[in-house]
Amino acid sequence: MLHKTGIPTIEQVKDQFPEQSKLSKPKAIIECYEDIPCNPCETSCPFQAIIIGPDINQQPKVDFDKCTGCTICVTSCPGLAIIVAEVHHPHAIIKIPYEFLPRPQKGEVWHAVNRSGEIVGDANILQTLVSRRQDRTLLVSIQIDSSLVYEVITIRRKHA
Amino acid sequence: MIHTDVIIVGGGPAGLCAAYSLVKQGVSVTLFERNSKLGGQLVKQTHKFFGSEKQYAKTRGFDIAAKLIKDLEPYSAFLTIEKNATVLGIYPDKVVTVMKNEAYFKYQCKAIIVSTGAMEKVLAFEQNDLPGIYGAGAVQTLMNVYGVYPGQSIVMVGSGNIGLIVSYQLLQAGVEVKAVIEAASSIGGYKVHASKLRRLGVPILTNTTIKKAHGVDFLTGVETIQLDESWKTIPGTEKTIQCDACCISVGLAPMHQLLSMAGVHMKYIPEFGGIVPIASDTHETSYDGLFVAGDVYGIEEASSAIVEGYLSGLYVSNKLGMKSEEINSQIADFHQQLEYLRSGPFGKKTRQGLEKIKEARNVT
Repeated sequence: MLHKTGIPTIEQVKDQFPEQSKLSKPKAIIECYEDIPCNPCETSCPFQAIIIGPDINQQPKVDFDKCTGCTICVTSCPGLAIIVAEVHHPHAIIKIPYEFLPRPQKGEVWHAVNRSGEIVGDANILQTLVSRRQDRTLLVSIQIDSSLVYEVITIRRKHA
Repeated sequence: MIHTDVIIVGGGPAGLCAAYSLVKQGVSVTLFERNSKLGGQLVKQTHKFFGSEKQYAKTRGFDIAAKLIKDLEPYSAFLTIEKNATVLGIYPDKVVTVMKNEAYFKYQCKAIIVSTGAMEKVLAFEQNDLPGIYGAGAVQTLMNVYGVYPGQSIVMVGSGNIGLIVSYQLLQAGVEVKAVIEAASSIGGYKVHASKLRRLGVPILTNTTIKKAHGVDFLTGVETIQLDESWKTIPGTEKTIQCDACCISVGLAPMHQLLSMAGVHMKYIPEFGGIVPIASDTHETSYDGLFVAGDVYGIEEASSAIVEGYLSGLYVSNKLGMKSEEINSQIADFHQQLEYLRSGPFGKKTRQGLEKIKEARNVT
């Protein structure tokens, strides 16, 4: 389906997550399903937690024991294919890259959106960050229902 | 007649990087760019680039252009940049003619690098000349260079990386992207780009092409039709999508005209997007001292054009008699970079094209 619609299957998505116990701490989830020549995630990681190797066509692998969820890779990925997720039932916190205006503001409630572009719930905006290193890609921390952790990938502003 | 060591035709990523390799070694270069700005297509690219750090990955395209231009600044004593200057012809004995500000100039040099890039392919369909129908380059120029909306709602034809990236940029600008349609049975570009669009609610319709454009004085909609696996239209599957703009992004063709005119041995290589020179391993064409770099030598990503540019500059310095261990090791490094950029599934076309070039070399 991915190659026809751009939507990965739920199995593909789940394969990128560590086991639930590891998600008590923030971890990078990389959805890079293709061999493309690209490696900024690996070179940006300060903890050597993302491995691609000398052949930059290889897909990245995350070492979840080394990953601290620092989010540096999230805004380094040119494909916007990385999020950081952690679960504290009944909530999950997801940190996503966002490149649209208007920017979400802390305290707002936006729609939580899945990989098909459908609204699946609410996203409480916890924090937004933009530093020089992020090069104009905003990093947004959102709180969602933990049952949606494998579903939510982005946010959409609610119409007033 | 104006004399210079090396003439570079085209100031995009390949031309700028070729110039860098040369001026760094004290070779005098004159670079001609027909636009008022250097950087080629890079100046319209607002997204972060793929590749590795050596090719400026995760940097936005227009920032890469600025960096490549800045890299040349310390060597300005060796570099003459002529903007708004169109190269008209390449003649025997490395004579190059140029038009600038309505005046005609003749140059002679020791070596030439042609890095003219590519032009967009078009698509034939009923009423494809209606205002509101653009090529992807025009959409990017309007939107990202001049800040002008190409329309309010748009249909993108073609799901290669350019189609997907321009669709994303349109959404960022606030244009509604109604759909991306793709004649092939699968998405052409990187799936990460496709996923970025899909999560924003843009449908990507494979096995679908554009049948005709609706409208009298300007575009009001497009009629799509589905294709079967052998690319035949399926009657009864027509659908009309209302839109006031349509962007055609169905691939690029090398800008080969100067080379063809100069009598260089050329060949039509579909994997490279069209007619390309049969060049040597050192990017030299059948015209002694005439080198190529970038999309004119086969359509690839800008990251490859950058590496090819650096390489061609080094090959030309070799040709001019400059040889050193340092040059050799740089050549080896750039070679390795190109290998990696081309070794994955998306490099298949380039690998096949290069094979065909090799075969053609053996024949001629």
